[in-house]
Amino acid sequence: MRWLLLKDLQLLRRSPLQAALLVVYPVLIAVLVGLAISGGPEKPRVAFLNEVPPGARIALGPQRMPSADVSERICRRVACLRVADRAEAEAAVRSGEALAALILPADLVDRINSLATLTPGTPRVEVLVNEDDPVKARLVDDRIAALLAQANLAIARRIATEGGRYLKLLVDGGEFRIVGQSVQILGLRATARILAALQPALPPGLRASLAEVSRFARQARDNLDIAEPLLDRLAEPITVRKVAIGGASPPLDSFAVAVAATLTLAFVAVLLVAGSLALEREENAFPRLTRGLVGPGELLVEKVLLGVAVGLVVTLLMLAGLQLFLSLRWERFGLWLVAIAAGGAALGAAGAALGAAARDVRAVALLAFMVTLPVAFLSLVPAGAVSPALYDAIRVLTGLFPFKPALEAIAAALDPAGPELGAALAHLAALAAAYGLLARLALRRFARI
Amino acid sequence: MRARGLVKSYGERQALRGVSFEAAAGELLAIIGPNGAGKTTLLSILAGILPPDRGEVEAPPGGVGWVPQQAALYRRLTVEENLLLFARLEGLEDPRAAVDEMVELCGLGERRGEAVARLSGGNQQRVNIAIGLLSRPQALLLDEPSVGLDPHRRARLWEFIRGLAADGTTVVFSTHDIQEAERYGHRVLVLADGEAVFVGAAEELREAVREEAPADADRDFETAFLAYLRHRGH
Repeated sequence: MRWLLLKDLQLLRRSPLQAALLVVYPVLIAVLVGLAISGGPEKPRVAFLNEVPPGARIALGPQRMPSADVSERICRRVACLRVADRAEAEAAVRSGEALAALILPADLVDRINSLATLTPGTPRVEVLVNEDDPVKARLVDDRIAALLAQANLAIARRIATEGGRYLKLLVDGGEFRIVGQSVQILGLRATARILAALQPALPPGLRASLAEVSRFARQARDNLDIAEPLLDRLAEPITVRKVAIGGASPPLDSFAVAVAATLTLAFVAVLLVAGSLALEREENAFPRLTRGLVGPGELLVEKVLLGVAVGLVVTLLMLAGLQLFLSLRWERFGLWLVAIAAGGAALGAAGAALGAAARDVRAVALLAFMVTLPVAFLSLVPAGAVSPALYDAIRVLTGLFPFKPALEAIAAALDPAGPELGAALAHLAALAAAYGLLARLALRRFARI
Repeated sequence: MRARGLVKSYGERQALRGVSFEAAAGELLAIIGPNGAGKTTLLSILAGILPPDRGEVEAPPGGVGWVPQQAALYRRLTVEENLLLFARLEGLEDPRAAVDEMVELCGLGERRGEAVARLSGGNQQRVNIAIGLLSRPQALLLDEPSVGLDPHRRARLWEFIRGLAADGTTVVFSTHDIQEAERYGHRVLVLADGEAVFVGAAEELREAVREEAPADADRDFETAFLAYLRHRGH
C-alpha cells in the first residue's frame, strides 16, 4: 500500500498546476466564505447632512450630552458621506453614490430638548432613499430603524429621569427653576405635616374636612412614590433575557475558521480521492492492480489515506495562515488533528464512492463539485432561517454527507464552546463506514470489461 | 495452459459458451474472431480478472502475465517508475534488478527516464508488455498487442514476442488481423458468438474452409475465413 501511496504523491507532484489548484481553490473559497460569515453585511453608504448648529447640545434636565455623540454614533452604523447641503445630499442619492441621505434639521436639538419641558415639540429627521436596489434599501431601512430606536430609547430614558425628578419635587418639595426664576415648591410631605399640625387648633366642624384634605395629601404622596419606578420602566418597558437552550455556539470568528477549514478539507479530500480513484480507471491500471497485486478494499483504504494525509497538511497550513489574522487555540492542536483526520477520512470515503461511480477524472471532478458545494452551503443554513419542514429536510440531507459532522468536529476541536466532539466523531465514523461500503460495491463496475 | 468448458454471461448475453483449449510451453496461440466474439472476455478469465460462470483454467506454475489491450500505465510516471512500482507491488526480491532486466529485454534503455505520456504508441506497448513480464511468467496473455502500431513497429513487436516464445514462454494473444494470426500463431483458436468454432494450425483452418466454403477457399485468407464463419451461421 505504501508504494501506491508513494505513486499517488509522485503523480500529484508531477501535476503542479492541478496540485496548486487543488490547494489554492478550496483555500480561496474557504477564506471568502469565512470572511463573509465573520464580517457581517457591508455598511451601506449614506450621505449625511448635519444642519444642527455647532455647539448645540442635547440637554434633557441638568445633564448635557456631548455634541459629537449623534454624528459619531450614526457614522459607526453606516458609511457616512459628508455633504454640505440638501442639494448635494439629493444629488448623491440620485447618482447612486449614496444609497440614502440622512438629514438632521437645524431645530432637531431644540425640539429634542423641548421634550423635557411643559411644551414638548416633535423632533424629526429626514431620510432620502434610493430604492433601486431592494436588498440594500431594506438594509438601510433596517439600519435607520435601529438608529432611531436607539436614539428614542436614550431620549426616553432622559425624559423618564426628568419626569421622576419632577415627581420627587412634588412629593418632597424643593427649588424649581422656570424662565430664569427660582420657585420654592412646598411638596406633599410638608403639606401633610403642616395640615396635621393645624388640625388640633381648628374648630371641630372644620377638623373632619381638614382630615380629608390631609388624607388626600398622604395618598397622593404614597402613590406618586410608586409612580416613579413605573415612569422608569416606561422608557424601556420590555427587556430581553437571552437563555441558550441548546446548540452551544463558539465565537463567530472561531466558527468562521471552522467553516473555512472544513471547506478546504472537503474539497481536498473529496476531489483528490475521487480523482485519484477515477485515474486508476482512466489509466486502465485498476484491473492490473487488482489482479492479485492489491485488493480493491486495500486500494480504497490507500486512497482515503491519501485524502486524509493531503487534507491534513493543507488544512493545517490554512489554519497556520489564519493565525496571522486571528488568535487560534494551539493548545488544542491534538484535537484539531483528530477532528481533521476523522473529517478527512469520512469525506475521503465519500470521494471514493463518487470516484467509483463516475467513469473518468473530469466527470468525477464535476460530480465532486456538484455534490460538495450545495451540501456545504446547506450545512450552513441555521434553524429558523427557513420553514421547519424545509429545515428538517436540510438536516436529514446534510446528515447524510460528512461535511456537517466534519464542521461540527472541527468547530468543537477549535473552541471548547463548540458542539460536542464525541458525537461528531461517531457520526463521521458511521458515514466513513457507509461510504466505504458504497465505494466497495461501486468498484465492482471497475472490473467489467 | 489449459481451459475447460469456460462459460461467461453478462446478464442475458452469453459471452462464452463452453470454450476449451490447451497451449503448450513455447507455443504461440492466436485467438481470432469478429467484434463481440468473446476474445477479451476469454483472456480476462485466463488472466484471473474475471471469474467464469462455469469451467476451469489451469495456469502453469510460474504464473501468468497479462498485457491488456489498452496500455495500463501511469502516463505521468517515467518508464522506470512504472516498472519499479509494479515490480514492488509484485513483491519481487530485487525490484531494481528486475526493472533493469526488463528495460534491457524490451529495448527501452534510452527511454527509461522518459514519462510514458511522451512515448510513441509502440514504446508504450513495450512498457505494457514489460510490466506483464516483470515476474517472468511461464505464460503471457496479450490482448490485441499490435493495435495502433505502424507496420515497422508491429514487425519489431512480433519479433520480440516470438523471442519470448522461443525461450519457452507460452503466448496466447488475441487479434482482429487474420493475416497476423496466420503469420505469427503456431495455432489459431477461432471464436464466434462466444463459441470456439475451430482450434488448430492455420493450414488446418484453410482445409476446413475448403471443405465448408469451397467457392471462397482460393481467395485471400480473410475472405475465406469470413465465408467459413458465414457457413457456420455466425
